[in-house]
Amino acid sequence: MNLVFKNETFRDDFTFSNSPAAIRRFPFPFHEDKYMYSVNIEPHVPGPKGSPFEFPIDIDEHYVSEMADRAKVLEQDPKRCQALPHMMTAQWDMLELLMTSMAASYPEHFTLNRDGDRWHWINRPLKIEQKFVFGDASTLPVGPMEFIGRQCQGDFSLQDQRDNQLWMDAGIITTQADWSLDFDVGMNFTEWHGPVPLAHQARVFERALKFLLNLQNGHPVRRLNWTMTINPRLDTSPENFHKWGSDRMTVTPENVGDKVHLRVELQGLWRLPRSNAVLFSIRCYLIKLRELVTVPKWGRRLPRVLQSLPPELIDYKGITRYRDTTLEWLSKYDDGAPTSPGTLPD
Amino acid sequence: MTSSSTRRVRVVEVEPVADRIKRFRFVDVSGEKLPTFSGGSHVVVTMRAPDGHLWRNPYSLMGSPADASSYQISVCRADDSRGGSDYMHDNVRVGSELDVTNPINLFSIARKARKHLLIAGGIGITPFMSMMHELAAANANFELHYKVRSQTRGAFCNDLVRQYGSRVHTYRSDAGHALPLGTLLRDQPVGTHLYVCGPQAMIDWALESGRAAGWPHENLHSEHFSAPRPGSPFTVKLARSECEIQVGPQQSILEALEQNGIDPPSLCRGGACGQCETRVLARTGALQHNDHYLTEEEKLGGEKIMICVSRTAGNCLTLDL
Repeated sequence: MNLVFKNETFRDDFTFSNSPAAIRRFPFPFHEDKYMYSVNIEPHVPGPKGSPFEFPIDIDEHYVSEMADRAKVLEQDPKRCQALPHMMTAQWDMLELLMTSMAASYPEHFTLNRDGDRWHWINRPLKIEQKFVFGDASTLPVGPMEFIGRQCQGDFSLQDQRDNQLWMDAGIITTQADWSLDFDVGMNFTEWHGPVPLAHQARVFERALKFLLNLQNGHPVRRLNWTMTINPRLDTSPENFHKWGSDRMTVTPENVGDKVHLRVELQGLWRLPRSNAVLFSIRCYLIKLRELVTVPKWGRRLPRVLQSLPPELIDYKGITRYRDTTLEWLSKYDDGAPTSPGTLPD
Repeated sequence: MTSSSTRRVRVVEVEPVADRIKRFRFVDVSGEKLPTFSGGSHVVVTMRAPDGHLWRNPYSLMGSPADASSYQISVCRADDSRGGSDYMHDNVRVGSELDVTNPINLFSIARKARKHLLIAGGIGITPFMSMMHELAAANANFELHYKVRSQTRGAFCNDLVRQYGSRVHTYRSDAGHALPLGTLLRDQPVGTHLYVCGPQAMIDWALESGRAAGWPHENLHSEHFSAPRPGSPFTVKLARSECEIQVGPQQSILEALEQNGIDPPSLCRGGACGQCETRVLARTGALQHNDHYLTEEEKLGGEKIMICVSRTAGNCLTLDL
């Protein structure tokens, strides 16, 4: 794919937008006209050409601008990137996985030459060239996780596996839907999912944890998650709630289509080879409703999904204040016609 | 695990290392590097005899995790062999081809441990071979206590002492040496983790002694292998489609259906998501539930099955498909 990287912002003047091609490939998460939590995990195998699932790690037109936004977040709050000392091997595993995948999938943008432990990494879009010794952190300007995390779209957390649990013992998290690495670091899978409503009763996390403890090297899995965000803001963190929380009160019938965004996370889970840790990637895709309704099937389906959400979910996802305004605007695009199964545009 | 997740390897070295123990080294047939692994990992090896007989045995990887050019396993000819270890000893030689899974680790190093106390008996030494490579490379504090029946049954004793010096302690049954577990358990610094691999009686002894000595259960580790999926073939009858399909020893029900052009709903293929839950209408023999989805009551009830991982011990199963 011939990628042209856009110059845009995810804060202040919010110039982010999707090209028509990016709209068509958006990972719309609803395969039917309603939504409920489930263990929607599937093998992370290559998907259709051009889709966000084509490659293990998806790089798109927003790459350069997203990396600039991440650099700003880290500059203002270094605690968004943390690793406990026993996670160094896992950090190298993550660097290897991302570098080899990015170089194999996008050879025109990334190159990795390996001569034993002597590695040479070239990132053309970000104009980074680095020679280093794999396994020797002193040969990189920052830790391995931070080094590659600053060059790859998506948040990443690293889970150590012990005592039949997964422990979030490292991560680089700057594009999160209202959760905090600084708060969660060192917690286990059951603890950090504590706040999620309804899913516990459905034994969703119990099943998912057992599945993930058995995740195998070479067989990554993925799932989609979603929420809604006002303005195309990547960094909706609890730390910065004072900057974005009140945005929810700014939605009017006039600005809904441009302000309200569907936020979809493509989450990948990999068993890492050297550390036996689990890498969790959380890649955020944003689309404003005005862009979304250019796909008629999605314009019909989204209001139906929002209409059918249980109140606990509406609250948890922070949609309560602007749900009615959003539904009213979206209803223009729902002519009542049946929608085809699956997520893809007709 | 699906049969498609195995890779073909060729044996490039076979070495008798002790009485009844042989070490095998193998490489990917295509010449590619094998997947990197972590200390304590194993692979499941599939052996196919010319007469069609098939075994799937888990073996620990004992080479250095830093070297993925080849894998090494050691096989002890079992007294009560189901045939797999005999086959490895009698029929597998340089040039033989086998199928192996990607490495699986159910006996990994506790990375927060302050000290690692390794207890091995007999062929149970193998997972510690890769672990010690990793521990030594990380400058971790570890000790190996290794019990063997005799010098001739003790694989790798000399190599280990040469490589790790005073960190290795060996005990010979035929010389009347006892492994001083009680003293060892008493004398460890806080934050020590114990790992044991060997005969089941030794594993039970070490774990029970550790618990009795007041060790936290999360500091006590014993080797687990991923149980290869029970491999007896059976027939699935599909009530609605009115057809019969054979499920092979290496296949899941789901894979057998897909091979026959039937595409029931499925997602995770690991028994977690619930998509492939199927009603059982009739069966011979007990259901073998390998999923994480059904509740214990549902599993006992025998009316539902997750066809991606579970099977029947009998020879026939009728499904509502």
